[in-house]
Amino acid sequence: MTESGLVLTRHHGAPDQTTLAGYERVGGYGALRRAVQIGPDEVAVQVKASGLRGRGGAAFPTATKWSFLPKETFPRYLCVNADESEPGCFKDRVLMEEYPHQFLEGVLIAAFALRVTHSFIYIRGEYRSQRELLERAVEEVYRAGYAGRDVLGSGWGCELIVHGGAGAYICGEETALLESLEGRRGQPRLKPPFPAVKGLYGQPTVVNNVETLSNLPFIVEQGGAAYAATGTEASPGTRLFCVSGHVEHPGTFEVPMGRTTFRDLVELAGGVWKGRKFKAMQPGGGSMQILGPEHLDTPLDFKAVADAGSSLGAGALVVMDESTCVVNVAMRLVDFYRHESCGKCVPCREGTYFESELMHRLEAGVATRSELADLSDVCANMDGRCFCPLGDTATWFVMSAYRRFPEEFEMHCGAGVCPVRYRQEVMV
Amino acid sequence: MADLPTSSKSAEMLDTATIRRIADMKGKYPEARSAVLPSLWAVQDKLGYLPTWSLEAVASQLGLLPSDVEAVSSFYSMYFNHRPGRHIVQVCLNVSCGLRGADELLEQLRESLELDDEGNTPDGSFTIEGTVECLGACGGAPMLQVDRYSYVDLTPETAVELVQGIRAEDGRRR
Repeated sequence: MTESGLVLTRHHGAPDQTTLAGYERVGGYGALRRAVQIGPDEVAVQVKASGLRGRGGAAFPTATKWSFLPKETFPRYLCVNADESEPGCFKDRVLMEEYPHQFLEGVLIAAFALRVTHSFIYIRGEYRSQRELLERAVEEVYRAGYAGRDVLGSGWGCELIVHGGAGAYICGEETALLESLEGRRGQPRLKPPFPAVKGLYGQPTVVNNVETLSNLPFIVEQGGAAYAATGTEASPGTRLFCVSGHVEHPGTFEVPMGRTTFRDLVELAGGVWKGRKFKAMQPGGGSMQILGPEHLDTPLDFKAVADAGSSLGAGALVVMDESTCVVNVAMRLVDFYRHESCGKCVPCREGTYFESELMHRLEAGVATRSELADLSDVCANMDGRCFCPLGDTATWFVMSAYRRFPEEFEMHCGAGVCPVRYRQEVMV
Repeated sequence: MADLPTSSKSAEMLDTATIRRIADMKGKYPEARSAVLPSLWAVQDKLGYLPTWSLEAVASQLGLLPSDVEAVSSFYSMYFNHRPGRHIVQVCLNVSCGLRGADELLEQLRESLELDDEGNTPDGSFTIEGTVECLGACGGAPMLQVDRYSYVDLTPETAVELVQGIRAEDGRRR
């Protein structure tokens, strides 16, 4: 473990981390050299020892995912999911903007360990300046001989391609990402077969997140055990958490998993803003369930948060103060899912439409109580019945918020206005 | 698939630099079809939007049917089938921005810029979009993005100033 306990942001403050020269001055690409020396199998052993789990949201153990690739099937591909668009999540942006070479070194280490010949970085269309920054970094990487033919004299070669999306949240779902990368509409594929067996162009493919891969230079350099030691046994490593909403200083904070609590994160972000009281929080990103004040002391541990009824998801934390109307928040989220539903399956396409229409009526105070009952019914018919997680998760926040704040939902019915906002305006 | 178009009149309307960019991208991927999204970006960067003839041109360059390309261009929200304003302003209204006043910010922009129903300013300088994905800058909420750049920690007033400033800058350049 480093003195600072930091992994992803350990080079914070070092100059010129967006250039190859700046990154090499702090030892950058030394881990790739080491990977080439120890060989692909040993890299995989270290990743397994690190206990690293995917940082895109599903938290699947990275080494296990890698091990699903059929042994002798080539070509195989690595696709990096840089389609960050989970509401409340902005860590991959930070990792690509501030440490692009650390990220690219991680991509190359994974590509080497998996013996792929092509690595694709699928970056969302809105991250246009970040895409251009990465493209410049990739050019430097080629010129230095870290990508292209015969990398560092190893006999292994790899092409590195930055691929821009064009505005579709669904492309963060791995099979939709593959469809999009193949030049099609970003609609998810039926699983199985899983990408590890049949992915890009029908070949074995690993899809990993930006933050996941940004950990690899540290893991290879210092060993998997050193990485694991930064967290706890059940939740090894650190994470770059995104704290936003009603806090004084929103931002990203790298903290050890397991040993840090939600309260610590809120305090790192300066506490609840304007001296107000905490009402609720959404960990994990827009898809995840709402939690209350009694969960502030829950550690950032996969199981502890799952036991609390939510998930660490993609590493976001949105804080809501006492003035927040949760119906309004839920309305925003279902609007988002309605807009982003790809239209492939009926429960999601029709369900998100219904949810959104109803939430607008509820927020405006014109919905009836029987409509509110319909909302529960429709959500129950979506969760678990949609083709991909988008439709399932489009129900999670709204239903968890309804369960936690039933009176707040019910008092909107027939009120003629949003009662939460009305009360605030009248009291001022 | 026998009768794929190999060349067409529409392809001749694309400038040679864009055609070269498409050919480069086609060569970069194991399968040519993967070059559809980047090719559409190349065309839109050049023309500002994707007229129907340009979809045919991309299809012919990549050996695809025009409908294959149109299926893609119509799916992704960042491709335009009509000419938008000179600058695209995306206002994030998702949760983190909404909690910090994004609705008021958009409202102020709408009023002071006299937007039409499609979100365009009367002089064609801006298209303002309020239905966008979370733009991944929640640490600086409320925020908006003008073309490729993010502007964070805004208030309704600074957002209007920002957009007016860009308009004034454009005026000086012309």
